[in-house]
Amino acid sequence: MRKKIFWAVFVCISQSVLAAESDLPLDKADIDLTDGVSVQRGARTFVNYCLGCHQASYMRFNRLQDIGLTKDQIERNLIFGNQKVGDTMQNAMKHEDAENWFGVAPPDLSVISRSRGADWLYTFLRGFYQDLEKPTGWNNLLFPNVGMPHVLWELQGVRNLRSDPDSAETEKLVLKTKGRLSHAEYDMLIRDLVNYLVFMGEPVRTLRVRLGILILFGLSIFLILAWVLKKEYWKDVHHQLN
Amino acid sequence: MSLGKSALRWIDDRFPLSIFIKNHLVNYYAPKNFNFWYFFGSLAMVVLVIQIVTGIFLVMHYKPDAAQAFASVEYIMRDVPLGWLIRYIHSTGASMFFVVIYLHMFRGLMYGSYRKPRELIWLFGVLIYLCLMAEAFFGYLLPWGQMSYWGAQVIINLFAAIPLIGPDLAVWIRGDYVVSDATLNRFFAFHVIALPLVLLGLVTCHLVALHEVGSNNPDGIDIKKNKDKSGVPLDGIPFHPYYTVKDLVGVVVFLMVFTFIVFFAPEMGGYFLEHNNFIPADPLKTPAHIAPVWYFTPFYSILRAIPPMFGSQFPGVVAMGLAVLMLFFIPWLDRGAVRSIRYRGLLYKSWLGLFVIAFLLLGYLGVKPTSVWGQFGGWLGGADRAVVVARFCTLIYFLFFVLMPWYTKIDKTKPEPERVTF
Amino acid sequence: MAKERNVRKRRMLVLGTGAVGLAGGLGASIPFIASMAPSARARAAGAPVEVDLKNLEPGMMVTVEWRGKPVWVLHRTEEMVQSLSEIADEVQDPMSSSPMQPKYAGNRHRSIKPEYLVLVGICTHLGCSPTTKLVVGSGSGLGEDWKGGFFCPCHGSKFDLAGRVYKGVPAPVNLEVPPHMFTMDNSIIIGEEKKA
Repeated sequence: MRKKIFWAVFVCISQSVLAAESDLPLDKADIDLTDGVSVQRGARTFVNYCLGCHQASYMRFNRLQDIGLTKDQIERNLIFGNQKVGDTMQNAMKHEDAENWFGVAPPDLSVISRSRGADWLYTFLRGFYQDLEKPTGWNNLLFPNVGMPHVLWELQGVRNLRSDPDSAETEKLVLKTKGRLSHAEYDMLIRDLVNYLVFMGEPVRTLRVRLGILILFGLSIFLILAWVLKKEYWKDVHHQLN
Repeated sequence: MSLGKSALRWIDDRFPLSIFIKNHLVNYYAPKNFNFWYFFGSLAMVVLVIQIVTGIFLVMHYKPDAAQAFASVEYIMRDVPLGWLIRYIHSTGASMFFVVIYLHMFRGLMYGSYRKPRELIWLFGVLIYLCLMAEAFFGYLLPWGQMSYWGAQVIINLFAAIPLIGPDLAVWIRGDYVVSDATLNRFFAFHVIALPLVLLGLVTCHLVALHEVGSNNPDGIDIKKNKDKSGVPLDGIPFHPYYTVKDLVGVVVFLMVFTFIVFFAPEMGGYFLEHNNFIPADPLKTPAHIAPVWYFTPFYSILRAIPPMFGSQFPGVVAMGLAVLMLFFIPWLDRGAVRSIRYRGLLYKSWLGLFVIAFLLLGYLGVKPTSVWGQFGGWLGGADRAVVVARFCTLIYFLFFVLMPWYTKIDKTKPEPERVTF
Repeated sequence: MAKERNVRKRRMLVLGTGAVGLAGGLGASIPFIASMAPSARARAAGAPVEVDLKNLEPGMMVTVEWRGKPVWVLHRTEEMVQSLSEIADEVQDPMSSSPMQPKYAGNRHRSIKPEYLVLVGICTHLGCSPTTKLVVGSGSGLGEDWKGGFFCPCHGSKFDLAGRVYKGVPAPVNLEVPPHMFTMDNSIIIGEEKKA
C-alpha cells in the first residue's frame, strides 16, 4: 500500500506542468521530431526568416546533419555569407542596433523552446495582428506589446482585432488582406518551424530516447540476474533453524 | 598459494585490508528483517558516487564566469561528446539525492533509528542533510540561468533580514552588492571542493558510528540480546553476502528509475530542470513566478507562512531555520517505550501521519504562488486559502516536535516481541 | 550432495552477475571517456583550411594555421625539385619510408604534385617551428653547400626542401606532411583527403 502511494505521488510529479504566464489558452503544436522532413522545412524557414535578427549562438550548422541533411546540402541551401558548416548560427546584426530598432535585443533562440515550450511558440507565432498604434505596426495576442514585428505577414496576410469583442465568434482576429498562404498552410509552416525550434533546443533528444530504451533493456537483464542471485543466497536465511 | 592470495598476504602484512573487509562486511551482522525502507542508505551512497564522478567531468568543461557560465553549460549539452548525458545524470542526481535522503530519514522516524544508542548516527545524518542542502543551493547557481540567479538572490536576502548585521552579511556572502561574478566564483569553490570534502567526512562518521552500534531494524528491538554460543546474534546475518546481493537488486531497480528520468524526462516537467533556467541570468528582470527547486519548498513555504513582524522578515527566516534545526533534537524528544512504529500506539502514528501530510502540503504549496487556491470569503474575507493552509501545516510541523515528549510518553504501546518478525 | 550443487550454482550466478555488471560498468565509462575527446567546437576550429594557389608563384611560400599549428605551402621551382635527388645521400630517409606522410606523399618529393609541398611546420625533435631558409649557398648562413630548406633554431636540426631531415642532426624523422588534396579550381585543402 505504502509503495502504491509512493508511486502515485511520483507519477503526479512527473506529469504536472508549470503554468504558463498568459491566461490565453495555448494551441497544441503537436510536434513530432521523428518527422525529419518537417524539421528540415522548419530549418529552412528558420534561416530564411528568423536568423536575420535572432541568433542561435549555441547551435552549429553541421548539427543539422542530425535531421538527415548532408554537409553539402547545409552549405548550399542554409548557409548565407561566408560562414562555415562548423560555425554556430550567428548573424551580423549589432546588439546596440537591435536594441535601438526593437527596444530590446532579439533573444537568442538556441534554447527558446526549452524556456517557452512548443505550444507557447506555436500560439505566439500565429497570434500577430495589425496594430498601427505600435511602433512596429504589429501586436500579439499572446505577448501584448511585443517588440517583434510580424515577419511572416506576407505569408499569413494582415489580420485585425475583431471590433466587437463580445461576438460569439471564438476567433479573436479577422483577416483583412490575404497572404500567400492559406490558413492551414500557414499553420503547417509554423508547426514545422516550432518542430525545428524544439529540435534545436535539444538536438540530442531523439538519440536520447533511443539510447534510454537500450540501457533500460540492459539493466533489466542485470536485474533478473541480480534477483536470482539474491533468491539463491537468501535460501540460507529462510532455511535457517532458529 | 595462488598469485591473488599471495598478493593479498603481502598487503595484509602491511595494511589491514582483509581485517577491514571482514569487520565491515562479513563479520558485520545486520538484522535479517530489513524491508523496503532499508534500501535507501546504500542508494544514497550510490548517488553520492554518481554525483562526484559526473561532477568531476562537468568541471572539465564548465566555466565559473558570469559571462561564460550559461554558454558553457550549453557547450556541454551540445559540443562536448556525450556531455549532455553527464549533465543530465548530474542534474537528475541532485533531485534523486533528496528523494533518497527524504525516504531514508522517514525510515529513521518510523522505526526509531535515532533512539539510544544511535543518537550520533542521527546527528551525523542531519548534518549530512544540511550539508547537502548547501551543496544543492551552491550548485544551483552555476548554470547561471534566471532561476539560478533569482533563487540565489532570494536566499541570500534571507540573511539580510537578520537584525543589525544582516545587510552587511548579505553583501559579504555575495562579495558584491548584487549576485555577481564574485558570487558565482565562490559558490563554485564551495560546490566543487569545500562541501564535497565535508560531505565525505560526514558520511564516513555516519558509517563508523553505525558499525559501532549496529543497525536498527523494522521491529526496533536489539538483536544483540539473543546471541548463540559463539556470540553471533541469532537474528543477525552477515552483511556480505546477504545484504550485498539484496542491495544490488535495490541498486539496479534504482538505476532503472534513474535511467528512465535521465533519458525520457530529464526536465521532469520543469521540476528537476526549470523552464526559466533556460533563459540566461538577467539582473534587471525577475521572472514572473519564482520558486525554489522542489526539495527546498517545504521550508520555503514555512518562510512564507510567517507574516513579517515589526516590519521585518526575520521571524520567517528564524522559523525556517528552526524547522531544520528541530531535527537535531528528535533523539531526546522521543520518550516512547518502544522504537518502532509497529508497536507504537495510535497517538504517535497519527502525529507522524499528520507530520508527513503537512510536510508534503508545504512542499506542494512552495512551488505554487500563494493565490493558487483562491481566497476565503466570509469572516476570513480576502485571506489566501493557500496561506492559511500553509500556516496550519507549519503549526503541525512544529507541534510534531514540540509535543513529542508528551504524546510519545502517554501513547499506548504494544509489547515488543522477543525476536524479530521475519 | 545437495550442498555441492548449491555451491556450483552460486559460483555460476556470481560469475554471470559479475560479468554483466562489469560490462555495465564499462558501458557507463563510455560517456566519461568520450567527453574528453575534442568537442564540436574544437573540431570546428580544426576544420580543413583552403589555400588558393593562383597567386602562389614558383619559389614562394605561404604559412596557414591548421589545428593551431603552422602549415607551410611551398611552390617549388624546377631547380628546387631537381636538387632533391642531388642530396639524396645526405638525408636520413630519402624515399620517405617512415610514416610521416599520407600514402600519396610517400615519394622522393613528398607531395602529390612535385611542385607543391605541404608541411606541418613543427620540428620533429622537440616541437619548435623551424625557420625558412630557401636561399641557396652562403647567403643562408648555413654554409656554401646549402641547397635550401628549413633550419630549426632550437637545436640546429636541418631539413631539405621536401622536409627530409639531414643526417647527423637531433631531429629523428622527416617533417610531417598533413593530409591534403587539390580541388578543381587550383586550390589546396589541408586536413581533408580524396576518398579512395
